[in-house]
Amino acid sequence: MNFPQVVFIIASAIALGGAVGVVTTRNLFRAALFLVLSFVGVVGLFVLLEAELLAMIQLLVYVGAISILIIFAIMLSQRLMSSEFRAQNEQWLMALVTAVILFGLLLVVLLRVNWPTSPAEVPSDAISLLGQALVSPDQFVLVFEVASVLLLVALVGAVIIARER
Amino acid sequence: MQVPLSWYLVVAAALFCIGLYGALSRRNAIAVLMGVELMLNSVNVNLLAFWRHVEAVAGTLSGQVFAIIVITVAAAEAAVGLALVIAVYRNRRTVDVEDVDLMKF
Repeated sequence: MNFPQVVFIIASAIALGGAVGVVTTRNLFRAALFLVLSFVGVVGLFVLLEAELLAMIQLLVYVGAISILIIFAIMLSQRLMSSEFRAQNEQWLMALVTAVILFGLLLVVLLRVNWPTSPAEVPSDAISLLGQALVSPDQFVLVFEVASVLLLVALVGAVIIARER
Repeated sequence: MQVPLSWYLVVAAALFCIGLYGALSRRNAIAVLMGVELMLNSVNVNLLAFWRHVEAVAGTLSGQVFAIIVITVAAAEAAVGLALVIAVYRNRRTVDVEDVDLMKF
């Protein structure tokens, strides 16, 4: 077992442990903090995959923005430290069975397929290549513009939906 | 390549299934949204693992661009979803998904 594998195991333990905390904690505010922990673990996985820009975007957007948004929504909608009397609904057992069966199916498929991997190096200027690819007309500029329109529409929609009348 | 591709795929599958369980079993609408965020995150792990192990040979970056678009959509989903939760709370004084059944037939 070498160093990247140890880092991988630590990062995925953080991510999965945080995720389990999110779905099992009764207190919603603590669940949001577990969600932050899970996001940080995923950041570790991204760094290990040599996608440094994506790791920073993940840190800024998920850890910085989305979790703060969720915590604000929790604080606006209920008493902060109240544990819910019943956090789960009646169909939680069915949901658990569904999730376990889906995980088993995915495991069977993932471990049986022989993925065509190859030991290639990531180009050292991958971040600047990514920046050029996002705005170059023969690559992803249309996707980039559609994403910006989507963000604008979501911003306007969120303001209109949440506004007091 | 020191960490095999299948390790990432197994972790992402586990993360997806935990998120799925959370989205299906919680009563609070915000907790349901948190489960959806976990699922979107696991999709990003999958996309970047495939980019690193399969696509990096060609030197192209569509896996990373795909992951950026997924993060954008997740941000838009969180903003609109939480705005809906706040609007529902303002009108009905609850964020419990079982109590919001006005449109249930």
